Amino acid sequence: MSQGTGGEGRKLLVSKIRDGTVIDHIPAGRALVVLRILGVTGSEGFRVAVVMNVDSARMKVKDIVKLEGYYPRMEDIMKVSLVAPEATVNIVRDYNVVEKRRVEVPKVIEGVLRCPNPTCISRKSGEPVVSRFEVISSSPLRLRCYYCGTELGEREVISQLVGGS
Amino acid sequence: MPWRGRDVIDPREFSREDLEALFERADEMRKELSAGSVKRRLDGRIVATAFFEPSTRTRLSFEAAAKRLGADVIGFSAEEGTSVAKGESFVDTIRMLDGYSDLIVVRHKYEGAAMLAAEVAQAPVINGGDGSQHHPTQAMLDLYTVRTLFGSVDGLNFLLLGDLRYARTVASLLRMLTAFRPASVMLSSPPQLRLRDEVREDVESRGLKLIEVPLEEGLSRADVIYVTRIQRERFPDLQEYEKVRGSYRVTRRLLEAYARRGAKVLHPLPRVDELTPDVDNTEFQAYFTQARLGVPLRMALLSLVLGGDGA
Repeated sequence: MSQGTGGEGRKLLVSKIRDGTVIDHIPAGRALVVLRILGVTGSEGFRVAVVMNVDSARMKVKDIVKLEGYYPRMEDIMKVSLVAPEATVNIVRDYNVVEKRRVEVPKVIEGVLRCPNPTCISRKSGEPVVSRFEVISSSPLRLRCYYCGTELGEREVISQLVGGS
Repeated sequence: MPWRGRDVIDPREFSREDLEALFERADEMRKELSAGSVKRRLDGRIVATAFFEPSTRTRLSFEAAAKRLGADVIGFSAEEGTSVAKGESFVDTIRMLDGYSDLIVVRHKYEGAAMLAAEVAQAPVINGGDGSQHHPTQAMLDLYTVRTLFGSVDGLNFLLLGDLRYARTVASLLRMLTAFRPASVMLSSPPQLRLRDEVREDVESRGLKLIEVPLEEGLSRADVIYVTRIQRERFPDLQEYEKVRGSYRVTRRLLEAYARRGAKVLHPLPRVDELTPDVDNTEFQAYFTQARLGVPLRMALLSLVLGGDGA
């Protein structure tokens, strides 16, 4: 298996990484959002390559992120799935892809997002309740609060994931 | 779905068969009440009413219903005087009531509170209103009233007017109406108080077509005129409330000018100034009948949830 290149058989835009993670098939223009979700700022010291708006057979145009020496947690991959539902996560060791996973948008999302409705019971302070959203559509992304029925669209989800709220 | 042990949270959870069974049981309760021979089906049971938000009719009709059936009632009607005022969580309060009672009726200003209560409690939970979201037992009562007045819900023309945005009774009535086949469902409201998109989409996706009409046109076509109060307490900004306050008013004169003969006015009550007292002594008035039917309807509900279909 090959690492995402951003060249699709033509010239490589970014060289292969030795060990780390390649997140491929990110919707065009979303690579920086993915990095924000992963909490990667560039100050961690490892090498990061961001390739944006390159040709893709499957998606026509896509973004790719390569992270040298970095392996995401499952929880982070789930968050990435919300903004890049078709992404593939390739784990690379010694230049070879040893694991390739399509991200999957879960049916239910617990605890990651906050209901935007200030009078939702999941927002009431002092209650041992975790936010819970049902995914009613993954593309375009639409979530519904299990408790109050308020719907969240892609923009609100990105703003929460990137803003860290 | 069997009624016994069931939570009553969301009006969409009830099929037509469920509701017909409820209405038939409510008819039995009415007969028993008028004959003065109500069976003490819930003797020895305890019903808890946990009203974190003010209520008159819902709470008192549940309490009257429970007592008519021989149950004892515990509970509170305001947070003051309970440990909630000391900072106890909603969840802890529900856990306590779960240990003390066989069924909990809960009302709260937060949307989803009843759903959370049902997750925490082992006893069945009945939603007595959660924020601007659901009020399933009011919708059951509204439809039972319509069935009692007209013999059926199907084939009738409904006009819902007033605060369609914040009134949970409207959202719940529309959702429950999707189990029936009304001839038409018309909506009339000031622009700021139009039905929320999510409710409209939900109801229309379940096959109910909603038509927005001017008030006079709606009145001239409706069999059931459902009036709601402007929900002042749910406005995020009181200045916005002041802008719409008094923006509609159903009066005897208006009804006599436009409404069909035989049309009936329902209102979940309390009313403020949107429905004038001069309608009270007209043929249109059905809101006091509606309020009275709250007791047999809730007796039916309690007896089915606590006793089952054969109780």
